[in-house]
Amino acid sequence: MNLDLAGLAFDTGGRLLIQKVLAGLPPGSTVTVTGRDPFLTLHLRAWCRSAGHGTTAQDDGAVEVVKGRPDADRWAHAERAGEPGAVARRPPGHWGLAARGALLETGGPEPAYELADRDIVWADLAPRLYAHAAAAQWDPATAVPWDAPFTLPADIEAAIVQIMTYLVENEQAALVIPARLLTRIHPHFREVLGLLAVQAADEARHVDVFTRRALHTGGRMGSSSAGGRASLASLLAEPDFTLASFLLSVLGEGTFVHLLTFLERHAPDPVTRAVTRLARADEARHVAFGVAHLEHQSASDPTMLGRLRGAIERRHDMLIDTAGLNQDVFDALLLLAAGSWTPPALHRGHLAVRQLQADMDTGRRRHLSRLGFPDDEAAELSALHTRNFM
Amino acid sequence: MTAFTMGAVAYDPKVVTIWNGFRSWFVASGLPFDYVLYSNYERQVEDLIAGRIDAAWNSPLAWVRARRLAEAQGLTIRALTMRDTDRDLATAIVTRADSDIASVEELRGRTVATGAVDSPQATLLPLDHLRRHGLHPGTDFTVRRFDVGVGLHGDHIGGERDAARALIAGEVDAACILDGNHLLFTKEGVLPSGSTRLLTTTGRYDHCTMTVTGSADPDRTARFGELLRSMSYADPAVRPLLDLEGLTSWEDGRTDRYRMLEAAVTAAGFYDAAGTVTAAEYQP
Ligand SMILES: [Fe+2]
Ligand SMILES: [Fe+2]
Repeated sequence: MNLDLAGLAFDTGGRLLIQKVLAGLPPGSTVTVTGRDPFLTLHLRAWCRSAGHGTTAQDDGAVEVVKGRPDADRWAHAERAGEPGAVARRPPGHWGLAARGALLETGGPEPAYELADRDIVWADLAPRLYAHAAAAQWDPATAVPWDAPFTLPADIEAAIVQIMTYLVENEQAALVIPARLLTRIHPHFREVLGLLAVQAADEARHVDVFTRRALHTGGRMGSSSAGGRASLASLLAEPDFTLASFLLSVLGEGTFVHLLTFLERHAPDPVTRAVTRLARADEARHVAFGVAHLEHQSASDPTMLGRLRGAIERRHDMLIDTAGLNQDVFDALLLLAAGSWTPPALHRGHLAVRQLQADMDTGRRRHLSRLGFPDDEAAELSALHTRNFM
Repeated sequence: MTAFTMGAVAYDPKVVTIWNGFRSWFVASGLPFDYVLYSNYERQVEDLIAGRIDAAWNSPLAWVRARRLAEAQGLTIRALTMRDTDRDLATAIVTRADSDIASVEELRGRTVATGAVDSPQATLLPLDHLRRHGLHPGTDFTVRRFDVGVGLHGDHIGGERDAARALIAGEVDAACILDGNHLLFTKEGVLPSGSTRLLTTTGRYDHCTMTVTGSADPDRTARFGELLRSMSYADPAVRPLLDLEGLTSWEDGRTDRYRMLEAAVTAAGFYDAAGTVTAAEYQP
């Protein structure tokens, strides 16, 4: 076979052409290369030498290339990293970061992924939830009416600032947990990684907008209680993927959806209303994945309910001596719902916060029942959930 | 029984990775094998001849010296194996594309950049090539040497790269560059494509060689050679090491293509006929 490069230099595209021709031939095939570039012979022979192809220079200046074995040898025992559309039950560690379905050269690293079992990390809903999450991203700069004018009584503003301060620390925990989990999961389960990554990005936005709302009127941040931080620390301490996702997404974020609904309804200004509404939509998605993931797992693992129960009880015991919800936050919620300091208004506020707690409890019991807990046990476990909400 | 011991020159940190990997592979294949590292080729060659090591992974220049030393002492010496990539190299002497130098002849009175004093490919061979064209280094033209990694026999690419840079900067009129490095420098942008013109190319010559002498145990030497030759590029356990060492297969050694270098060494007075270092400005 002959290949004439005409005036094309080896280093300005000639190599590609030669490689393309060689790629289509079996080892041992011969290609006679001709061309006018003065460096062609020098470069071609040097390249062939390093690539394992033989060369002979002919008297007329042409170079005869004999295709070597290295390309074939390199891929001799290659395997596919599964199929793009199918999720493997236990992807081997050496598939590593390769794309699902990629052709793997043998001999790469053998990373050990802690979470490499489909039954533990997967949920059939993950691809759809990921697509939905990717489509539902919003821009904090434009989605919130930061320029809308409003003035609030000082007490109400202080209540909002306190609630925002509390929300920020909860969002920080909610950011760290999925970010940490995703590094432990085999990348084969890329939709789950993607979902956790978007979830972490959601939380980063929540931290951002809640902080901006807190500082919007030029004051300082509110307080952070030791009990609140202890509750979050106990959440971060859970190393088990299933249990962490249960405590954070199903119970914590599930409870937060009600809190954010409450805040949106009682928001005294358009900025607070927008940030809580936007965050709530994201949180609903986080809860949906948590529930779907656990449903998938409980179907194959009969011990799961017992382990979930154990996790709630352990965390309850850990937090028994802490104060629970920051009293400042509790008072701020009440005042917000009351809207003023008159006794009837405060009474209304009290009832609203009680209703909120009842709604949170109902929501948790519903999720627990969906996972398979009988009603009485669901009620009992819901009552053990942290008083910090998250 | 002590292990079959090979010497290698530590011209780059990767040498440790390569020979540690091969060492494990040899041991797993049943050959007790170890290696020692040298900071320069001269000492490695002296140890080979003194029988302190069983094999030396030699540069072509180290082969020349080892052969001369061995023959002076009546010791048999042999090129056991070589990399496929050690066969049939060539060095280009190039000028800038816009240079007024139209032929090798016109290098007379000009300045030619080379690699380190002990580089076969970037100094000794191309200078001897010019000698054959009737141009004597230092007399008919000025040599501007880039002494990087002296003692490593040109394994360090730094001198050649500096020579290429000097050419582009207009500090010299021509530069001597190994074929593969010329291609590499175009890729790196040191010698942008089209920036140089080819004046002449040396004949083809061979590069490194696994050198053994008659003092090593013949069975183990044979086994060492067989095992090297059996390394397959299809084997994922050795392929990364072969990639690092820059080969796709080990081939039988051959010595006929060191003749040009033998002549160049003699003409330059680098070693004498008995293998003594006689080069004036050579301090490995
Ligand atoms: Fe959030
Ligand atoms: Fe969340």
